[in-house]
Order: sequence, then C-alpha cells, then structure tokens
Amino acid sequence: MGWLERTYNKIKRGKKTIDIPDGLWTRCTGCGQTVYNKNLKENLKVCPECGYHFYLGAEERIEITLDKDSFVEYDSKVNSGDPLSFPGYKEKLIKGEEKTGLDEAAVIGEGEIGGKPIVIGVTDFGFMGGSMGSVVGERITITTEKAIDKRRPLLIISGSGGGARMQEGVISLMQMAKTSAAIAELKKQGLLYISLLTNPTMGGVMASFASRGDIIIAEPGALLGFAGPRVIKQTIKQQTPEGFQRSEFLLEHGIIDMVVERGKIRSTLIKILDFALS
Amino acid sequence: MVQRVTYSLDFEKPMLELEHKIEELKGLANKEGLDFNEEISRLQSRLKKLEEETLAHLTPWQKVQLARHPNRPKSLTLVHLIFDDFLPLHGDRLYSEDQAIIGGLARIEEERVVFIGHQKGESIKDNLSRNFGMAHPEGYRKAHRLMNLAEKLHRPILTFIDTPGAYPGIEAEERGQAEAIAANLERMSQLQVPILVIIIGEGGSGGALGIGVGDRILMLENAVYSVITPEGCAAILWKNQEKVEEAAKALRLTSQDLFNLGLIDEIIPEPRGGAHKDPEQTALNIKERIIKHLEELKKISPTEVVEKRYKKYRGIGKFKRG
Repeated sequence: MGWLERTYNKIKRGKKTIDIPDGLWTRCTGCGQTVYNKNLKENLKVCPECGYHFYLGAEERIEITLDKDSFVEYDSKVNSGDPLSFPGYKEKLIKGEEKTGLDEAAVIGEGEIGGKPIVIGVTDFGFMGGSMGSVVGERITITTEKAIDKRRPLLIISGSGGGARMQEGVISLMQMAKTSAAIAELKKQGLLYISLLTNPTMGGVMASFASRGDIIIAEPGALLGFAGPRVIKQTIKQQTPEGFQRSEFLLEHGIIDMVVERGKIRSTLIKILDFALS
Repeated sequence: MVQRVTYSLDFEKPMLELEHKIEELKGLANKEGLDFNEEISRLQSRLKKLEEETLAHLTPWQKVQLARHPNRPKSLTLVHLIFDDFLPLHGDRLYSEDQAIIGGLARIEEERVVFIGHQKGESIKDNLSRNFGMAHPEGYRKAHRLMNLAEKLHRPILTFIDTPGAYPGIEAEERGQAEAIAANLERMSQLQVPILVIIIGEGGSGGALGIGVGDRILMLENAVYSVITPEGCAAILWKNQEKVEEAAKALRLTSQDLFNLGLIDEIIPEPRGGAHKDPEQTALNIKERIIKHLEELKKISPTEVVEKRYKKYRGIGKFKRG
C-alpha cells in the first residue's frame, strides 16, 4: 500500500506523462486522429483507432501488469551522483525527476501476476531515455539477485531508448557487464527470466539484459535494436527499410518470441508463469 | 608485407619536420664530408624540447587521434611480435567468418592462451575485408565459440580491444548484434578460466566490451575506451562537431582517467610519441605485462576466478547513498 500512496502523491504533485498532454484530447502519434483522453486511458494508452502504443511510465506499467496492490518496491538505497562532473548531467537528472516523478530510470520490486510471485524491474523512458548509469545498473542487479534469493521468476520491462548513459562514461558501459553477470547467475540457478521490450529500447540496454530473456516479448511497433536508426543511416548512407528495427522486424528475424499488444500482455505472462511454476 | 603509407597527425607535424631536417643534415654531412654537428645538436635539442612540450600535454582528443592512428600497431602486428606461435581459427559455425575479429591458439613462452582480438585493416583493401575493425554478430559469435574452447582446454583467454564499435548496419541488426554482444557478456562472466583484456587502440563502447569482460583490464598509454565516440557525444549534446574536443574531455576516456576511476588495472607505457613510433618496443612492453598477469591469474582456482570476477563487476558503480 505504501507504494500506491506514494504514487498518488506524485500524481497530485503534477506528474506529467510524455505522449499524453493534459487536457481532454490527444492527437495520436500513430494515425493523427484525435482521441478522447478518457478512452485512451481506459484502453491502457493504446490508440483505439490505430493501435499505436503510447508511452507508459514505470509506475503505470507496474499497475497494469501486476495483481492489484501486490507490488512491494525494493529500496536500492542508491541515487545518482555525477561521477564525471559531466556537463549538464545534474540538470538532466532533475528534469527526469520532474517529468516522471521517479528518482531514477528504474523501479524494482516484487509482486504477483495472476497469483504467481515474481520479481520485477522496469526502466522508464521518461527519465533520461531510460538510460542505464550506475543506479539503473545497480537496481537491475539487485532485483536479479533478489529473484535468485527468493527463487522467483524475473520479469524485466525495458523502455530504454537511451542505452548506456553517456553522462557516466565507461562506468555506464560496465553496467552492461554487471547486469549480464547477474542474469547469467540467475539462469545458472535454473530460474526463468522474461524480458518485455517496449518502445524504445536500444544500445547498451539492448546489448545486455534486455535481449537475453529466456522468453522475449515485445509490444507492437516498438523501436528495438543495437545502433540508433540515425547512426545506421549515416553509416550506410541510405534509407533503412520500412519497419526496420520494429518489434515485427525482430520477430521475423528470430530475435524475439512474440509481439503482444498491451491488453494481452498480462494474460500472456500468466500463461507463461502457469507453465513455469508448479 | 604491404607498403604502409606514413600518416601524421597535426600535432606530430612540427616534430616530424624537425626529424626530417636532422636526417637531411646528417645525409648531407655524410655525402659532402661537411661538419654540421653543431647545427644538428641544436636541432636535436629543439626537437627534444618540442617533444617534451607536446607529448606531456596531449589533450584527450589528441589521444583519440593517436589511438586511431593509421600506423598504430594492430592486433596481428602485435600477435606476430609477441607470440612464439599462433594458429588462427575461423568462423562462427552459424553464418560466416568475420575478419573484424581474429582468434586462435597462441603460445607465449611457456604459456598457452586462446587469443581473441579486433582487427583493423592495414590498407584500404584490408580495411574493406575487415570492415575497419567493426564486427558483425558473427564476429562476436566466433569469439564466443573460442571462449568455450578455452574453457574446455583449461587455457586462459587473452583479448586485444581495438574497434570503433560494433558495426551499425542493417544486416548486423537482422542477425542480432545486441544479442550477440549480450550473450558474450553473460558467457564471459561465467568462464572458469582467467581472462586478460588489453585495450591496444580504440575501445569503442559495446563493441569493445563484447570481448572485453575480464579479470584484469590493461590499457596502452594512448589507447582510449569510451561509451560513445566523441563525435557522437558532441552531436547529441551540443549538436555541433566542433565540440568534439570538449566531448573527448568530458567522457574521461583516456587510460589515466580510467585508471583514476578504478576501471582498469594497469597502464602499459608506450614508446615516446606513441606506439606507432616503435611497434617492437610496444610489443615488448605488452608481452612483459601479459606474462606477469598470467602468472598471477594462474594461481587462482577456476571457481574462485568466477567468484572474484562477479564481485569485481558487482562493485562497479558510483552513487550517492540514499
């Protein structure tokens, strides 16, 4: 309950989401149609007209994924410093806080899905692009280790278009190795790891824990990949093909198991957990 | 051997000009039987002073340029200078042979190691077949295969890092570039043999880390290691390529920076002016360290080596405790 109270406090403080501005109506990024905000919210922020999946913050994501009131947040006891005194980093951290109401780009904890106990980590694109610096790396590692301790399946939901966080230099890069080591240990212990990929997840996050689930699910139309589309265009000096690096493209190339629309993710997870847990 | 074009960086030019002048005078003195000793020693002391001034104050951006110097000794050059024997192995058994990453069985004095390294090209033609040292997924998967082989044979792994990054292209994405790298990170964290990593030139982000998780991380003095290129950083942060020098500084990518941050274990000195000035000496310096570190790592048991490695990476991160 503590966590839910906190969430509501934050909403009262004027929490803003990214794609959905305040007001009654939203113009859909996917089809350009004007959608009534109330309908959008009831539809889990998926456009009722075209199925475009809008951004969801970590807390909203947890709310629609886990059983009601089952989430207990882990206190990682760490916050971001500015280890390299990197230009503009402190300001970006504050901006991320204001935008999401979170203290960093990852929320971790445990809860239940369909009555099945799991351990969860969620990265939030709204906070510096969901990029991984020391704190995100530490939190993903803590939550993975908790799953090992409690012998529970691990679910990580990534929304990390920012990849490894540039502002912490090689320290961020090393978080890829750190989180991967924890994931490898979890797998060695015979525990299930489900990775859910959301729009967008790229770079260092994709090249570490996100792309290595035992089962990998992606929301429709999410941008997922290693190199950013702009970098690729610059390198190959030509346009990338239609649908390149989208969920459906990854499915076609054998990189993920399934593309599941937001409304069916919970029931899909329940099926998997039912299969995995006795 | 391909005739290599000598290439000079802007800050090297004044020194190179003086070097040429000295050579010219020496030649002239020999040919004409004239005495230019005074002039030569005057130029030599000027050169020495200029070298001291320039080399002692290399900016991070100048180090990036040195790390990318076309004449800098690359993996294969060093392999031939360092190893007593090297048997290259090829292919990922899944798709293809990626020449941007080389590997094989190597002997260095009494030690036998499995070697894996990025390989940049020595010429335009060579660079085209090696994709400028930017590997595709098959390169990382070949590396993965060789790591498994090392563990099976109970031999340590030695890797040389020298890449602008993993290749950002359509086919690389289609074949799972991110997954290939991530799979290596997991595998390297569990390998029950010692892993010694040496950054010899350019450590380009995830593409470097894909063969760069190890028990000891060493770096050549003028090598760089970064989460993003200074060019990429400048484009994102300032939308301006002229800020590339500032970006190089902000990223803390030099060997000294990374040593101070506790992210690498040792800096290997380079000959005066950089590794390209004397590849033989560079190789000797590296060889000495390889032998020393392998000697130490060999004493650790297979299970302990994995535990220690886990703890080491587990501890990386700088936070405010809240």
